[in-house]
Amino acid sequence: MNKATFSGRLFRDFITNKYLYLMMLPVVAYYAVFQYAPMYGVLIAFKDYSPLKGIMGSPWAGLEHFKAFFDSYYFLRVLKNTVIISVYSLLFEFPAPILLALMINEVRSRRYRNLVQTVTYMPYFISMIVIAGLIRDFTDSGGVVNTLYSYFGGDGTSMLQQSGLFRPLYILSEIWQKIGWESIIYLAALMAIDQEQYEAARIDGAGRLKQMWYVTLPGILPTIVILFILRMGNLLNVGFEKIILLYNPVIYDKADVISSFVYRKGLLEFSWSYSTAVGVFNSLINLTLLVLANWISKRVSNNSLW
Amino acid sequence: MRVGYGERISLYFIYFVLFLLIIVTLYPLLHVIFASFSNPNEIIAHRGLMWKPLGFNLEAYKMVFTNPSVYIGYRNTLFIVVVGVSLNLLITALGAYVLSRKNVMWNNFFMMMITFTMFFSGGLVPLYLVVKGVGLSNTLWSTILPFAVSTFNLIIMRTSFKSVPDSLEESAKIDGANHFVILFRIIVPLSLPVLAVMGLYYAVEKWNGWFYASIFIQDHNLFPLQIFLREILILSSTDTITSGAAVGEQVQIGATIKYATIVVATFPILCVYPFIQRFFVKGVMIGALKG
Repeated sequence: MNKATFSGRLFRDFITNKYLYLMMLPVVAYYAVFQYAPMYGVLIAFKDYSPLKGIMGSPWAGLEHFKAFFDSYYFLRVLKNTVIISVYSLLFEFPAPILLALMINEVRSRRYRNLVQTVTYMPYFISMIVIAGLIRDFTDSGGVVNTLYSYFGGDGTSMLQQSGLFRPLYILSEIWQKIGWESIIYLAALMAIDQEQYEAARIDGAGRLKQMWYVTLPGILPTIVILFILRMGNLLNVGFEKIILLYNPVIYDKADVISSFVYRKGLLEFSWSYSTAVGVFNSLINLTLLVLANWISKRVSNNSLW
Repeated sequence: MRVGYGERISLYFIYFVLFLLIIVTLYPLLHVIFASFSNPNEIIAHRGLMWKPLGFNLEAYKMVFTNPSVYIGYRNTLFIVVVGVSLNLLITALGAYVLSRKNVMWNNFFMMMITFTMFFSGGLVPLYLVVKGVGLSNTLWSTILPFAVSTFNLIIMRTSFKSVPDSLEESAKIDGANHFVILFRIIVPLSLPVLAVMGLYYAVEKWNGWFYASIFIQDHNLFPLQIFLREILILSSTDTITSGAAVGEQVQIGATIKYATIVVATFPILCVYPFIQRFFVKGVMIGALKG
């Protein structure tokens, strides 16, 4: 058989699959323009970018912007805030849907089950703007949450003006938003558990609690582990959408995270290169964490993403 | 099945905790609805929980419905949802179809390039510069085109297309069908459930999306609903809506207007979601199995 040249093969492929090339065109265009062009744009992290000179024309800056970030007072602050908020949500928000799924699983009445599920899914469909607006309104002085808080020692001033309260408010509202939605996946894992295992446990004299401990939990453990890995990979990836809707300069010291810092520096203060450098730093750490978490989980439990 | 005494108590406890959860989830919504119908003066004076409207007043709704911003917002949001979802499904389907074919020269390369974007992306500022650079800023397309394909959905759809039996396509090919006919007459109808789930997810995302509109769009006539909501709820400016009223009244009505606006903007999706939630549950499963 003749070994065709590359261009020869390309030509033949193009003739036989011309419709496929046509179909792929918009997809390739999308990835080229909106995924790979921004990746090329990452170059500005190593340059002193100015829109007038363009990416190529701007002078190189090397690692200057990275250095400036590491040396700045902001570095420790945003890193610390990001890690703390992440760890808090891992501790408090991550287990919440597991608990909910376990509780729903115990409910015998189908109608009550459906009611709980339908109601707790609702926040997923409400926009972040509305949720942030409600948080602001309710925690403002005179708001519902603020009034309730004042019974427990709050001083009645707006809660979002007190930096000590930002993290609890953030985590609690996260739970409110996500508990129902995130329980779906655990409920699905619960359904998949073999009913015979429960029967066997019952014959061995296990009560409901013991069944939960010895049958249900091991049954959903792989799901928990996978979602935990994903979480670990996103440890430095606290989203900015909710934070920038809630924070204000008074509480930056507790509320400002890496992504909100990138947003503020880049899009509000126009430090394009600096902000991109911070973003690149963040992406690289995230990628490392994801690989690391996956490797650990493979070692420990044989569950992994790839 | 016999249930022991201790177990029954723990069961009651669970029912009770779930009941509390229902209340906590629903309360904010009820609060908004009650407040929107209330008398503005009473709302300003009120402290703590609210279990019924304080007085009855439709002034806020009148203000909201006579305000052109709300209609502009609805119109733009509908455009973004309808065009965005259609375009997204179309392009994703085309890509998924090509990538699900065997013996196509570039497919392995494309799959690699596409999967890579799931792990690394240019980030916020470079994307912003690209969107500005291609001239999309201050158009509704800036909220549609940069998100025309979701890599995750593309991969899921490809897997789903692959599961369509080859024999169906073979017989169509013998009848002289080209790739477009095979895709739209055979494969898409068979994968309709997956497409429907993706479309719904994407529609909710578009309906609620605000961030990219907030950085790309400055023209008030192009604001989607969420951006008007942001002005009212986050930037606390009800000026655009209360502009007809006297200054003293503006403050008062402002107190209830934000609630009425939330109701008007959120009502459609809250009416629809109980009926479509099972599709979303299905979506979570699809994502869990293949992701």
